[in-house]
Amino acid sequence: MQTALSIAIDAFAYGMALFIICIGLSLTMGLMRVVNLAHGAFAMIAGYIASYAARDLGLGYAVAIFLAIIGTIVISIPLERLLYRRIYGSPELTQVLMTIGITFCVIGITNYFFGPTLKTIPLPGSLTQPVDVGFRTIAGHRLFVVACGLVVAGGLWFLIERTSFGIKLRATVDNAAMADALGVRTQVVYAISFAIAIGLAALGGVVGAEFLPIEPYYALRYMVTFLVVVSVGGAGSILGAVVACLLLGAVDTTGRYLMPEFGNFFFYAAVIAIVCVFPRGFFGRAQ
Amino acid sequence: MKVAKKILGVAVGALLLGSVPAMAETIKVGIIGPFSGPFALQGKNFQAGVEAYMALNGKSVKGHEIEVIYRDLPAANPAQSRALAQELIVKDKVQYLGGVYFTPDAMAITPLLKQANTPLVIFNAATSAIMTQSPFVVRTSFTTAQTTTPLGKIAVERGVKKVISAVSDYGPGVDAENAFKKAFEAAGGKVVEAVRMPLNTTDFSPIMQRVRDSGAEAVFAFLPSGPTTLGFVKAYNETGLKQAGIKFFAPGDLTQESDLPALGDAALGLLTTFHYSVSHDSPENKRFVEAATKAIGSVEQLSFPAVGAFDGMHVIYKMIEATDGKQDAQKAVDAVKGMAWTSPRGPVSIDAETRHITENIYLREVAKGPDGKTYNKEIQTFPNQKDPGLATQ
Repeated sequence: MQTALSIAIDAFAYGMALFIICIGLSLTMGLMRVVNLAHGAFAMIAGYIASYAARDLGLGYAVAIFLAIIGTIVISIPLERLLYRRIYGSPELTQVLMTIGITFCVIGITNYFFGPTLKTIPLPGSLTQPVDVGFRTIAGHRLFVVACGLVVAGGLWFLIERTSFGIKLRATVDNAAMADALGVRTQVVYAISFAIAIGLAALGGVVGAEFLPIEPYYALRYMVTFLVVVSVGGAGSILGAVVACLLLGAVDTTGRYLMPEFGNFFFYAAVIAIVCVFPRGFFGRAQ
Repeated sequence: MKVAKKILGVAVGALLLGSVPAMAETIKVGIIGPFSGPFALQGKNFQAGVEAYMALNGKSVKGHEIEVIYRDLPAANPAQSRALAQELIVKDKVQYLGGVYFTPDAMAITPLLKQANTPLVIFNAATSAIMTQSPFVVRTSFTTAQTTTPLGKIAVERGVKKVISAVSDYGPGVDAENAFKKAFEAAGGKVVEAVRMPLNTTDFSPIMQRVRDSGAEAVFAFLPSGPTTLGFVKAYNETGLKQAGIKFFAPGDLTQESDLPALGDAALGLLTTFHYSVSHDSPENKRFVEAATKAIGSVEQLSFPAVGAFDGMHVIYKMIEATDGKQDAQKAVDAVKGMAWTSPRGPVSIDAETRHITENIYLREVAKGPDGKTYNKEIQTFPNQKDPGLATQ
């Protein structure tokens, strides 16, 4: 019983870390219809900024997170203007080719400037302490990650379902030309959504760095995991992403405990089963 | 058909040219290693070791100028490794091959050596079996069995009777698991459980739960350096295993110097066994570290492949001296059998029978230096260790 609870809490934390990183990708793919393979690259850029700010400049963790999010969005603005804007509505192959190209460029540049070694983001003392949760200890930052995940999920739901920006966004997604005709400035809506998605990638990259450490190949190493989570959850669905992350996190963690030598078998078996039953993911919309 | 004949003619001509002995001209050495990609740091260390050796010992032997040609092999890829070696032999006419980071790559090159009349000096690839593939292979690195075996005795000496082993599920991981089990059980301990973890594991807390549930007093671990090691060591700290007094033993790959800054305080107190630490206290090592740091740019990037390359160049220089610039693989290899010298890592020799390096293995504890940086502090020496993997064959 204690073991089961212990695994459950590990799975929950891991799932939430995945969720924070993947939800941004889910938004770009579902709402903006851009297959952004460079999503992990933006998370990685944020990780490097946070590491630089916290380790080399000695700034606090909260400041580092803030700088990383702002910095990554600033870096992404010219990319959105010059590159991404051309591929909205293009065939998927064009999008995949361009964004994977960006990924390789980012890997090369970070490798050149920061070297191939791992970069850590020092946590404040309060988050490194193991916290006693009754039957075992859990690292403080894991609870922090869970909290971040819940806040992100709630905040996004509110933004998309309950605000006027959300209405415009949903209108633009459903029919951009009609939304344009009704006076919605779709270019601005796209730009803001892109910035939100990148900001979420940045947040995920930084708070998830304890699970997925920052190094130049981060962007490629975890790309498949991110894409799998989005396709299982259904692109564009917040609830879908939450369910997918928690379920896959649970399958992965349990499989790893019970039969580690089976490797990723359970993870991918679960993915195949889910995609067979729900071809568009749990909550994907029909297109 | 005509074209094919012509190409054949050119190829034969090239081969003939290649076998003409060089008269006091430039002797070429081909180094294959990962100079780009995820393992670029290891390749950089190869290069730093080679450059350090040439800076300290000159660029010529007996009047023969030495030219080093580097070839990039970013990840383990036997087919490409073989192609690169072939190209170096036929097109660049190298007399010696060196480097090689991964075992499969070394295995792919060995069949070429006899026909090409070229010795291969391995700077890293650490599986015992490579040495039996060709009589023209000499190795200056280590094997996983060699570095792991002393741990069995150490664990028992420290009062540990039950150990759980957790290794990454790939060749070297399995080697480490077997070597440790053999040494530990010979010393009177018991491996209560052996866990093999998939290579791409990112969250290790379920493994730590396994460790806790197994009732073992210590965990023996082997993972490739990089993100996985970091995750494993962090999980070990955070799940409270360290506080619970469960000891941590591993071969030194886990705490290689270039990873220590990222591991930080989490690594303090880890016990590892290895053949080289950058902090090794000897005049030879001081000289080496100084020269290699100059070559690589920063001492923080320096780690064990550099010393393998440094000693590898020492062996190649000796071969060139013995053959006086003529291409004669047998004579070259014979000349270094039994050769002994003081390496930056301590006294070493080439075992005459296996052509593998005999060296000291050190028990190290990760400690904090006066400058606040963590380093591998050598606390016990196991002198003149041969490769147990080869000795038993």
